[in-house]
Amino acid sequence: MKFTNEDVQEILQLLDAAKYDELYLETARFKLTLRRNRKSGEWSQETQVVVAPKILRSVPLADSGSGAESAVASAEPADPRKARWTEVRAHLPGTFYRAPKPGALPYIEIGSSVEENTVVGIIETMKLMNAVHAQARGEIAEICFDNTQFVEKDAVLMRIKPEAE
Amino acid sequence: MTLRRILIANRGEIAVRVIRTCQRLGIETVLAASEADLDSMGARLAESTICIGAANSSASYLNVEAVVAAAIASKADAIHPGYGFLSENQKLAKACDQAGVVFIGPTLEQLDAVGDKLKARTHAAAAGLPGIPGGEVRSYKEAQRLADQIGWPILIKAVGGGGGRGMKQVHDVNELAATMEMAMAEAQASFGDPRLYIERYISHGRHIEVQILGDGQEVIHLGTRDCSIQRRYQKLLEEAPAPNLSETLREGMHRAAVSFARHLKYRGLGTVEFLVDCDRDTFSFLEMNARIQVEHPVTEAICGLDLVEEQIAVAEGRKLRWSKNEIKFSGHAIECRINAEDWTHGFRPSPGTVSRATFPTGQGIRVDTHIQAGAKVPHYYDSLLGKLIVHGADRAETLQKMRRALSHVCITGVATNVQMFAELMGNDEFARGGVNTAFLERFLQSRNMAA
Repeated sequence: MKFTNEDVQEILQLLDAAKYDELYLETARFKLTLRRNRKSGEWSQETQVVVAPKILRSVPLADSGSGAESAVASAEPADPRKARWTEVRAHLPGTFYRAPKPGALPYIEIGSSVEENTVVGIIETMKLMNAVHAQARGEIAEICFDNTQFVEKDAVLMRIKPEAE
Repeated sequence: MTLRRILIANRGEIAVRVIRTCQRLGIETVLAASEADLDSMGARLAESTICIGAANSSASYLNVEAVVAAAIASKADAIHPGYGFLSENQKLAKACDQAGVVFIGPTLEQLDAVGDKLKARTHAAAAGLPGIPGGEVRSYKEAQRLADQIGWPILIKAVGGGGGRGMKQVHDVNELAATMEMAMAEAQASFGDPRLYIERYISHGRHIEVQILGDGQEVIHLGTRDCSIQRRYQKLLEEAPAPNLSETLREGMHRAAVSFARHLKYRGLGTVEFLVDCDRDTFSFLEMNARIQVEHPVTEAICGLDLVEEQIAVAEGRKLRWSKNEIKFSGHAIECRINAEDWTHGFRPSPGTVSRATFPTGQGIRVDTHIQAGAKVPHYYDSLLGKLIVHGADRAETLQKMRRALSHVCITGVATNVQMFAELMGNDEFARGGVNTAFLERFLQSRNMAA
């Protein structure tokens, strides 16, 4: 059985005339909860389609390289000096890019000097390009991810050491 | 030919929406899904689901070979491409043709005519439509020369762009070089085409579009939509019909949209976008979108048609089933795009897992969504969670109804912009109707200052 918005409207009309404020319907395909707000008399609904998807076999040639492999953030720095380095963390989860466009030079390399507002990379999340700023002054000491790698939120992307060092 | 099985090459709410119409029409659906969407609502609702590749869109939803292979493997008669992704992709249309699969969309020639924004401008001029001064620029020098000629500020647009993507405003010559460089890079990355053109920037503009439907011979329009509520050229709220518009302007746009589509002998569903210059009370052609659009439900609400059903009918080779005089408009409709964005923190995207999703229901309320408890909102795709569409007898009633409806939306687990719409409904300027495209940014700023 297919269940449509029109069906919900019809159920609502029935319920409107009745004294019930809540209806819960569960089938093998879906769960539906309808609730009436006592004050306003308005209805809200919560639907959950529970039927499992029927997956056909995959298309064989669909495997053509996604490129964006997920990676684990690098281990904690062992070098005690590194304790003084500033970490640049991902403010969002997404795909990390080191350069403004494919084929272009990376924003920074090991040894690059950066200011607080220097753009050091891009994280693409939900089709939006988000600039990553150094947020510290100094020299890039370590870069923890490669271009196009997936990064979790708060992953350490790179470390900056104070210039005096 | 009658279509019996359709492959839906899309995801999210539009996949669910297309599946629902197909099911009502007794057409079997196969969802082409990426690895990230195999457990989505669309996958659960479709008769079957076929995996077309990894989560990254370039490996799946943008992969022409995989989509066509999925159609062949699942023995589908047709592909519905939805919006975005491959919906206006000529390679897909061509590959469908070669594989003997119906592409639910316009012809290859029409996709070319409107997909290339420069060709579209030329066609619009040939059809007698007013356009915005501008043209293609291949170098910084050319851009500077043309901008000096048409006047600053200007907009840089990607020839392959559309739907608000690939557009940048440039205030003066000092910003030109850097902005052009970035626009070109983004155009190459997003559309695989680095070409740019520039247009005069219209400071007080309303974005108004006309929905059209053609069968290759006849074309009808289905009224206007106002899409001026935008942030960074991304639409957030749309309404139909466009409010506070002179009948001369409205009729003019209806006629212009139909002329343009007739000029192309357009087949399928399409939208002709215009920019209304509020200072001059004139309109100019912007572009044409050769697909179903996110905001189509507001048109459906006021004209009573199911636009996906009409798309399918035309793709089956049928004549238009409605004449101009049979289309009757009633009332006013507004759509709010509910996005997984933290609007209080610069609209930061908020991927994650939805823990609960409750929506309003009732007469004149429609929710198009793929979100339910446990739904994943992957970071790979755009942030649209669903659309709340409200239809009322007039605009005032619709606003009131939308305000009530929004209070019954409850989504937890990811941040949303629902509260932004609730505040917007209480704004006097918006309530008066007919605000321009700069309004929302101003509204957001004033709110930040008040906070």
